[in-house]
Amino acid sequence: MTALLSVEGLGISFGGLKAVNDVSFTVRPGEIVSVIGPNGAGKTTLFNMISGVYQPGSGRVVLGGENVTGMAPHLLARRGMSRTFQNLQIFQSMTVLENAISGYHLKERGPVLADLFGLPSSRRRAAEAQAGARELLARVGLDRAAEREAGNLSYGALKRLEIARALALSPKILLLDEPAAGCNAVETEEIDHLIAEVAKSGVAILLVEHDMKMVMRISNHIVVLDHGEKIAEGDPATVSRNPAVIAAYLGTDAGTEAAHADG
Amino acid sequence: MRLSAKSATLLVLIALVALSPILFPSGYYYRVGALIFVNAIAVTGIVILTGYAGQISLGHAGFAGIGAYACALAPVHLGLHPSLALVLGAAISGVIAFLVGRPILRLKGYYLGVATLGLGILVSMVLNNERQLTGGPDGMEVPDLGLRGLLKDAGLDLTNGQFWYFFCGLALILGAWLALNLYNSPTGRALRALHGSEVAARTVGIDVAQLKLRAFVISAVYASVSGSLLALQNKFITPDVAGFMHSIEMVTMAVLGGVGSILGAIFGAAVLTLLPQVLTVFAEYEQLVLGLVMMLVMIFLPQGLLPSILRKVRGKGE
Ligand SMILES: Nc1ncnc2c1ncn2[C@@H]1O[C@H](COP(=O)(O)OP(=O)(O)OP(=O)(O)O)[C@@H](O)[C@H]1O
Ligand SMILES: [Mg+2]
Repeated sequence: MTALLSVEGLGISFGGLKAVNDVSFTVRPGEIVSVIGPNGAGKTTLFNMISGVYQPGSGRVVLGGENVTGMAPHLLARRGMSRTFQNLQIFQSMTVLENAISGYHLKERGPVLADLFGLPSSRRRAAEAQAGARELLARVGLDRAAEREAGNLSYGALKRLEIARALALSPKILLLDEPAAGCNAVETEEIDHLIAEVAKSGVAILLVEHDMKMVMRISNHIVVLDHGEKIAEGDPATVSRNPAVIAAYLGTDAGTEAAHADG
Repeated sequence: MRLSAKSATLLVLIALVALSPILFPSGYYYRVGALIFVNAIAVTGIVILTGYAGQISLGHAGFAGIGAYACALAPVHLGLHPSLALVLGAAISGVIAFLVGRPILRLKGYYLGVATLGLGILVSMVLNNERQLTGGPDGMEVPDLGLRGLLKDAGLDLTNGQFWYFFCGLALILGAWLALNLYNSPTGRALRALHGSEVAARTVGIDVAQLKLRAFVISAVYASVSGSLLALQNKFITPDVAGFMHSIEMVTMAVLGGVGSILGAIFGAAVLTLLPQVLTVFAEYEQLVLGLVMMLVMIFLPQGLLPSILRKVRGKGE
């Protein structure tokens, strides 16, 4: 199958620092591609460029055959891209349900006058979005917290809420930046299953995760970054044997985990 | 059955407008009540802009000025009925808000505050300087709306104070109803979302610049209608309506009452409209006392008066 997303020679500098330099890879529908690398390797920066939050300094992002380099995030959302954030970006003072509904924005939006006058068309759009959001909350185990103010939830619950909100867009490609960070073993396994399930339905997944066991278990393909450069890529077994990868991780917790995960 | 927040707010508001007159010791209080409602309409617009969407405007009195002077000028120069002049003023305010807001709202941060400050000053300067048209700082007369006469012919004889009290009360209820509809609608949710996290809002597909612009235009129309009603009930208008102090007053009323809730903002409008009436006793110290009250509220009740009071009351009930 042809690539849904292809990243070609992407790079960006902050001041003198080359945060990401000449990184290329592709993601196909239904595939789980993980981006790993030590802290500060440039993983989040790469996500920010792909999702239009940062303007790339060089290179191209091609989505479904269309050049979408530097395109605004809300336009990428219309083209089927959706993401979560490493540092939570939750609508804190809205309820859990409202957070999930906001993921339906593109489906529920309509004429502003209909919204002001509370016309039946406006209510129907909102009701449909709400029904979908409730289903998604059930899927991530948050249905019972639906009416609570999001700001009061635990970190792990908010991570799952972000995933639900991202799934609400019915994306073609989903970017997950450390979805399991701060989650306990049980929650991590649940997220693990959820990601696999979503990929199975044909959604392309681009994943950044420090939990090496999880990465090795669910990825089809792994891209390794270090100091902004791609130092290796391949399937989990190949990557974890790669001497450059082991060297990059040496001395860090993740390095030992990576080595163990292979054995 | 549990009342939705929207129905509860509307019921409280309708009860307040309908029942308050029972407590009025004299006809003068109808006039104070009408002033509160007029201010509350503008503040409801600020709630949409600042409370929902998280944007600050320091020049909304400019739109009140446009609404007020539309009612003074359009009947004389265009032969429009004053009620249509109100609509024309609202339309002009909306268009100006759109044209001014579009380039600014693409930028982040406090540009809107600074730019609206400039817009307000500009409107106020034009009103002050175009003496031939507006009478300058001396102000000008505004024609009668004529509705009270019609009601009288129909058998409903209200005093001038009573008429404006109920007319502005109804306008406020309508304005609150629209704002409450908006709150739980797709548009309102998108506004609150971009207030919470702009980057997350963008990634779920919200066109942040466009949504902010809509909130800005809607709130400008509220301010314009408020200015029109003020002009029509006073039958006289001066450029003060567009002055910087009036802009600050609107924002302060909203923040004082609690910018997140319609009822809170209306409460803020009531307090800040009443306070100067009470303080006429210490006329010399009015500004001082006002400033002091405001500082104390901001320090001790940062969420605004009404939400903080409600929380205290509920806390005791538990
Ligand atoms: N907006 C920015 N301005 C300046 N420097 C930045 C910016 N964003 C990221 N950087 C720098 O770019 C480098 C890569 O950061 P990035 O957050 O992408 O790393 P990461 O791989 O996601 O790390 P982590 O595993 O800790 O999340 C870091 O040195 C960081 O300080
Ligand atoms: Mg990161």
